Amino acid sequence: MKIVVAIKQVPARDSLLKVNAEASWIEDSDLSFEINEPDAYALEAGLQLKEKEGGEVVVLCAGPDRATQTIREALAKGADRAIHIEVEETSAGDPLVLSRLLAKALEAEQPDLVLTGLQSDDLGYGQTGVILAELLGLPHATLIMNVETEGAGIRVRRELEDGWFQNVDMPLPALLTIQSGATKLRYATLMGIKKAKTKEIKLLTADELGGVSEPSITVSRLYVPPKTKQSQIFDDAPKEAAAKLVEKLRFEARVI
Amino acid sequence: MSGILAVLEQREGQLHKMALESLAAAQKLGAELGQPVYAALLGAGAEAAAQAVAAFDIAAVHVLSHDLLAEYTPDGYVLALRQLIQAHSPAWVLFPHTYQVRDFAPRLSTSFGKVLVSDVVGHRIENGAAILVRQMFQGKIASDIQCNGEGPFFASIQAGAFRADALTAGSAKVEAFAVTLDAAQIRTKPLERFRESDRAVDLTAAPIIVSVGRGIREEENIHIVQELADALGGELAASRPICDNGWLPMERQVGSSGQTVAPKMYLAVGISGAIQHLVGMKGSKVIVAINKDPEAPIFEVADYGIVGDLFQVVPALIDALKK
Ligand SMILES: Cc1cc2nc3c(=O)[nH]c(=O)nc-3n(C[C@H](O)[C@H](O)[C@H](O)COP(=O)(O)OP(=O)(O)OC[C@H]3O[C@@H](n4cnc5c(N)ncnc54)[C@H](O)[C@@H]3O)c2cc1C
Ligand SMILES: Nc1ncnc2c1ncn2[C@@H]1O[C@H](COP(=O)(O)O)[C@@H](O)[C@H]1O
Repeated sequence: MKIVVAIKQVPARDSLLKVNAEASWIEDSDLSFEINEPDAYALEAGLQLKEKEGGEVVVLCAGPDRATQTIREALAKGADRAIHIEVEETSAGDPLVLSRLLAKALEAEQPDLVLTGLQSDDLGYGQTGVILAELLGLPHATLIMNVETEGAGIRVRRELEDGWFQNVDMPLPALLTIQSGATKLRYATLMGIKKAKTKEIKLLTADELGGVSEPSITVSRLYVPPKTKQSQIFDDAPKEAAAKLVEKLRFEARVI
Repeated sequence: MSGILAVLEQREGQLHKMALESLAAAQKLGAELGQPVYAALLGAGAEAAAQAVAAFDIAAVHVLSHDLLAEYTPDGYVLALRQLIQAHSPAWVLFPHTYQVRDFAPRLSTSFGKVLVSDVVGHRIENGAAILVRQMFQGKIASDIQCNGEGPFFASIQAGAFRADALTAGSAKVEAFAVTLDAAQIRTKPLERFRESDRAVDLTAAPIIVSVGRGIREEENIHIVQELADALGGELAASRPICDNGWLPMERQVGSSGQTVAPKMYLAVGISGAIQHLVGMKGSKVIVAINKDPEAPIFEVADYGIVGDLFQVVPALIDALKK
């Protein structure tokens, strides 16, 4: 089975975020970056399928130069090769414009299965995978917790709301968006890290993929959401803050 | 191109809890832009749900009918709604931001060459055009979005952004819309829905809930928060990553994929306050948050909060409670 996993590099989870002077993106010069969390699970799902069914796992990533680090880590975990679409990231983008580039690269690969994360931690559109499915004419399913082959196709487990699940049968080729947390993630081994250095990372530019199309939305301004609720926040030393809180809960809110 | 179309979600005749909120958004936008509002419903039970929607002040409720729509599939819903949108050319198509909408709506908007503006938490009108506000970075940053060119424009509305009780009553006509569909066009086959675990703990009955998030760092530390729950006589709950890691059973997960709770007091320890968590506990009477990051979105919904390291704050709190 030939599997392509779309991975994105995003600011590390506990980053303290500041909007840049132009309000077009965050101040990212001092941040550290990591793989988008659900994408790590998508990669894991791809690697496990390959171990069972044979074949190849290719990672696909659009991002600036620094994304090479995240791509190398995916190769060290066991992906066979990578495609890096070099795009600068200085403002918040239109997911359809980006998806058209990813789709062009995928068309050339003709995979049996495309895996994406269900949502990016930064832009958070939660739709790049579904857009790709439409652009490529592939059947799709989202919020996937488990994938198994079933005859010539696959059976996937979808997460629904309120603790419900549903299995869905579908043919290949197909596209799935993967939910976080379904399995344990593997670590890269020393051997894997060594091998990754010799694995192919194919560089592509937007121009080689048909160019950047006209965006259908414009993100005009980023800002910290204004506070709407009157909260009482204590930031004294723990002991004082705890005493104040207990007093409030007892005598003002009267909940304890 | 005119009109606001609200595509509502229902199951076996029951409207989704977010459906009327997105209808309220459509009514508001319709009033501001001077455009009529329509609703659409599909799937088994749509006729019954349409009766409930027809009790509001909108122009019409379209019931998309076809045997192949009885059960939800993304292919079926996309093809059916495409036909409705092509027939009526609405300027805006709004959805509640449910898991089902996440599954098919981006595909529908892409087929029109448009982006679904997902997860909308607010809007305003500037020069006769709607600017939408959506969240980024798990709720830590907001952004203003403008839709370019001609409609239809697509947006999904996050839970709690508009109030269903703001809807004005009326009486709308219910119209059947015949869809053309072929079984071969539907490529995925949904099987039975199931729940994984019997819920032994009923969090919804607990008057006090103490909930723990990834700030706790390790399974070995969970007992600290358990002790706080015991001191308060409350139940222990958690954010999703804690349950994913197996540190607590899934039945203790609060949020859109876990339980929805509304206790007298909800105390969130080391939880950032992502929207999927907030929708499960926003209805709590009193919300208390402990987090080391003063900008954490959980403080947005908190009545009381302590900014600090939970490993110091929680023991101090337990002490203070004993006094
Ligand atoms: C479709 C979908 C469904 C989802 N369903 C759910 C759901 O049902 N329930 C749910 O909870 N999530 C759900 N999520 C996940 C959700 O988006 C968040 O990722 C999750 O809620 C984050 O959990 P958290 O706040 O514990 O962790 P994080 O976001 O990692 O936050 C940890 C917090 O702890 C704080 N912290 C760290 N160290 C300390 C310390 N020493 N002292 C004090 N504070 C500290 C940090 O400042 C941070 O705010 C869902 C996501 C998706 C996309
Ligand atoms: N720049 C990118 N490069 C590769 N994959 C991406 C990129 N942006 C988004 N994706 C994929 O699409 C998923 C959903 O992203 P989003 O629609 O932004 O929430 C992510 O989890 C990734 O798998």
